[in-house]
Amino acid sequence: MAQIIDACGRSCPEPVLMTKKALESHEARYEVLVDNNTARQNVTRFAKSAGYTVGVTEEADLFRLVLTKS
Amino acid sequence: MKKWTLALAGAVIGVIAVLLTVLGNPGNMGFCIACFERDIAGALHLHSAEVVQYMRPEIIGLVLGAFLIAIAKKEFKPQGGSSPVTRFVLGFFVMVGALMFLGCPLRMVLRLGGGDLNAVVGLVGFVAGIGAGVFFLNKGFSLKRTYRQTIAEGAWLPVINVAFFALLVAFPSVLIFSTSGPGASHAPIWISLLAGLVVGAIAQRTRLCMVGGIRDVLLFKDWTLLCGFVAIIVVALIGNLIAGKFLFGFAGQPVAHTDGVWNFLGMTLVGFGSVLLGGCPLRQLILSGEGNADSSISVVGMLLGAAFCHNFKLASSGEGPTANGKIAVIIGLVVVTVIAVVYTFNKKKAKAETPAVPVA
Repeated sequence: MAQIIDACGRSCPEPVLMTKKALESHEARYEVLVDNNTARQNVTRFAKSAGYTVGVTEEADLFRLVLTKS
Repeated sequence: MKKWTLALAGAVIGVIAVLLTVLGNPGNMGFCIACFERDIAGALHLHSAEVVQYMRPEIIGLVLGAFLIAIAKKEFKPQGGSSPVTRFVLGFFVMVGALMFLGCPLRMVLRLGGGDLNAVVGLVGFVAGIGAGVFFLNKGFSLKRTYRQTIAEGAWLPVINVAFFALLVAFPSVLIFSTSGPGASHAPIWISLLAGLVVGAIAQRTRLCMVGGIRDVLLFKDWTLLCGFVAIIVVALIGNLIAGKFLFGFAGQPVAHTDGVWNFLGMTLVGFGSVLLGGCPLRQLILSGEGNADSSISVVGMLLGAAFCHNFKLASSGEGPTANGKIAVIIGLVVVTVIAVVYTFNKKKAKAETPAVPVA
């Protein structure tokens, strides 16, 4: 079960900070929920720089970013 | 978003900013969100400083440019409810700091490109203020989440700006316009509007932000947004050299003063307050165009702050800062620090009290 980081309603840089904090537990897989394009791009950029591959699925009112250690 | 995209966006903005000064805007003031909102406050009779009153079409264009491109790209999203009154107060004091220095972060960058060394002092203060904000962000500062709002809630600021433009072109007699001073210096209306629309659209697409650039470097070692910041300086510098508007030094700079301490502290307040708001004054305008009601409230706070600055003689002039302005900047630094502390360290208690799912 991947750790889920719910950053919906948060504006940048908060989603990235929440992701950064979560990544300190060094798991292989995380899910980050964001609801705006800026957060999607910023979290994706940060996760890639931290060595994760990022898959995005668009749901009703949010983006689900799946981070997997590459 | 790639670094070169940001650099290109910054370059285009730099060119447009220099062109606006060639076409009539005050020196190093192709764009200044603080100065222009102050001029709008004057045009709307909210203050009576005779030299800074004009309905600046650049501001109207920035909001509407962001609004139109956000609609086209399906990114218009009405949202709000993230500590609006606190944001109003932060917007107010960001303006107090900006009018101490005489410029928002974007104008600070343009002043750097014009050779104004006072802006270097401002930049150091700005970085210090952002550093203070980043300290609290790392400790968990948050103004709480936003919620989805109705379309009307997100559309008000664009609608108000359309009304402002209608007043400017159809009923100018109800507004006040400076006959001398910076308020009387402006490019033709339609060119200013077009410049605002283009820059608003670019800033919406690239998320360009003067505060975000330095903040992201301090927080994440991410240089992407800073590329836009640097590109504006470089291109404005080249543009000013070509246009013969480059003036290197401290003294005699257009719409600026040489009091280093207060240039520093003014921009410290701007940097600190803007990090807590999540973006510089330009970014607040762009987010308002995207339907962000919290940013709209911040913009209203800045507009009212500008009116207060001139009604109570807080704003600096070319001669330097005022005693009232110095007191206001100190009060601003205290208030912003208190806000930072409260929203950082009071959070755990609030979290325990608030259920994860809102109860109807």
